[in-house]
Amino acid sequence: MKILLVLLDKEIRQFWRNRFLPVMTIVFPILVMLIFPWITTMEVRNVGVVVVDGDRSSASRRLVSKIGASDNFSLLGTAPDFNSALAALEAGEADIIVEIPDGFGEIRAEEHRNVSISANGVNAVKGALGTQYMLQTVMRTQAELLGEKMPFSPADDIAVLNLYNPTLEYRFYMIPALMIILMIMLGGFLPALNLVIEKEKGTIEQINVSPVGRLPFTLAKLIPFWIIVLAVLSVAMLIARFVYGLTIAGSAGAIYSASVLFVLAMSGLGVTVANHSSTMQQTMFEMFFFVVIFVLMSGLITPVESMPEWAQWITRLLPPRYFVDIMRAVYLKGTTVAELWREYLALGGFALLFDTLAVVAYKKQA
Amino acid sequence: MTRTVISVRELTKRFGDFTAVDRISFDVREGEIFGFLGANGAGKTTAMRMLCGLSYPTSGSGTVDGFDIMRDGEKIKRRIGYMSQRFSLYDDLTVRENIRLYGGIYGLGRRQTQERMEELLRRLDFMSERDTLVGSLPLGWKQKLAFSVATLHRPGVVFLDEPTGGVDPLTRRQFWEMIYEAAAGGTTVFVTTHYMDEAEYCSRVSIMADGRIRALDTPAALKREFGAATMDDVFRKIAREAKRI
Repeated sequence: MKILLVLLDKEIRQFWRNRFLPVMTIVFPILVMLIFPWITTMEVRNVGVVVVDGDRSSASRRLVSKIGASDNFSLLGTAPDFNSALAALEAGEADIIVEIPDGFGEIRAEEHRNVSISANGVNAVKGALGTQYMLQTVMRTQAELLGEKMPFSPADDIAVLNLYNPTLEYRFYMIPALMIILMIMLGGFLPALNLVIEKEKGTIEQINVSPVGRLPFTLAKLIPFWIIVLAVLSVAMLIARFVYGLTIAGSAGAIYSASVLFVLAMSGLGVTVANHSSTMQQTMFEMFFFVVIFVLMSGLITPVESMPEWAQWITRLLPPRYFVDIMRAVYLKGTTVAELWREYLALGGFALLFDTLAVVAYKKQA
Repeated sequence: MTRTVISVRELTKRFGDFTAVDRISFDVREGEIFGFLGANGAGKTTAMRMLCGLSYPTSGSGTVDGFDIMRDGEKIKRRIGYMSQRFSLYDDLTVRENIRLYGGIYGLGRRQTQERMEELLRRLDFMSERDTLVGSLPLGWKQKLAFSVATLHRPGVVFLDEPTGGVDPLTRRQFWEMIYEAAAGGTTVFVTTHYMDEAEYCSRVSIMADGRIRALDTPAALKREFGAATMDDVFRKIAREAKRI
């Protein structure tokens, strides 16, 4: 154990003496937490709308003014017919065409005609969400019109209440995900690079020819980054609290205990990759491979439940998948460790596996 | 009769079809300065790496300080010092931090490390540089320091892989004085070099070519054997016949 302290002392001195690493580990998380919550949003605003008003009644004008008043839409104007509206869509100016038929305001069934909505599907998210918003707007307008003409009809009866994230703030959904991405990047890359730099410089040879054991050497490569990542997480949580007003619904202990397991797994993976590579490029490339899979497949951005069945099976092999579940559940819902024991167990398993691999993959004699 | 410190029999290392070291055998006695010569690619470094427990032999056997190089690599590592041309010390640590690190690695106590560090810094006249980063020292100084650090734990054998590559003649001279001092103190020195004047300083010299040992004797005996005036001529005669250069 004395040897571990000697090696830790070396690692910590080298870390602070590096011109780039300390700055990177402080500035990068702060920038990510201050900038990304504003831009990683799935809410669609300013969907360009062109209206073809075939009704020209007070009812159709009411619909148009509702569209114009919404944050979700930006009303580009009206077109005389569908074809000229389509030209605007093809030119990329408009995203949605709303065609209001003659007789829109009539409620008698035989004269009632449907509004048609045509959306540009190239940007699928914008098209789908824009259509949804437009449907709601049309239906609300129709319900209002109906209510005015038949005062006793059941109008808008459905009440929606979003639990756990009551304002459906997309940022609150993304902030735990951004913390996880930070932990993947710092917890995985830093120890991997640190180790492969010793290989490139050749200093690892001097360690290999010394009696230093594999376990203390590997631990000295891992422990500093466990501490760094947990410190970074704390800073990120403070930013979430004081900049975005997002508090932890569950316990901070549940967050930290999952984070410890997660960073153990990520750093173990990083060191294992570095042990198998001989150059920085090789390490970086392999790590990027894992990071891309982790970010796209762990439910960070798109929910695992909406992936195809085979892909869902793959996600079970990814440590971040469990961590994503824990972080969102604890942060937003206040779920407890006892309720999430399977996820904690899975993370613990990965931590054990990758850290064992990290020690075993280090060969002093080849 | 002095003790045999390194003993190697039929030592071989193959990488696929390529035989880097081909059935070499030799003994090194305690307190010797054993020169390990050969052209680039002759197999010196590979052979040395097997002796230091960095690389497993494909076949053959060997012992260093009584321990088997196949099985007891980690025990050997406790008893040897090693220094190579490429690096040796951490550039981003100061002179003192490097010495303390290696003292700790070889299990010297805090006080013992401190004593040896002061003695070492005085001997090298490095007191004023003790808090300088090793990376900003001139190469010659670095190599002298690296040698001192490699022998900090007073190993029985020290392996030097081209320790004076790229170093000026004056510093080389000083470096060899340090080697002599260590040998006089009973440390066995196993050294590879490309400088033939350095080969003259060795107690015995082996010359490798194509993975085999072509000649092994004292410098004087080798010169007689090959009818050469200098070690340089001996080396040329052997290297000229080699296929792998």
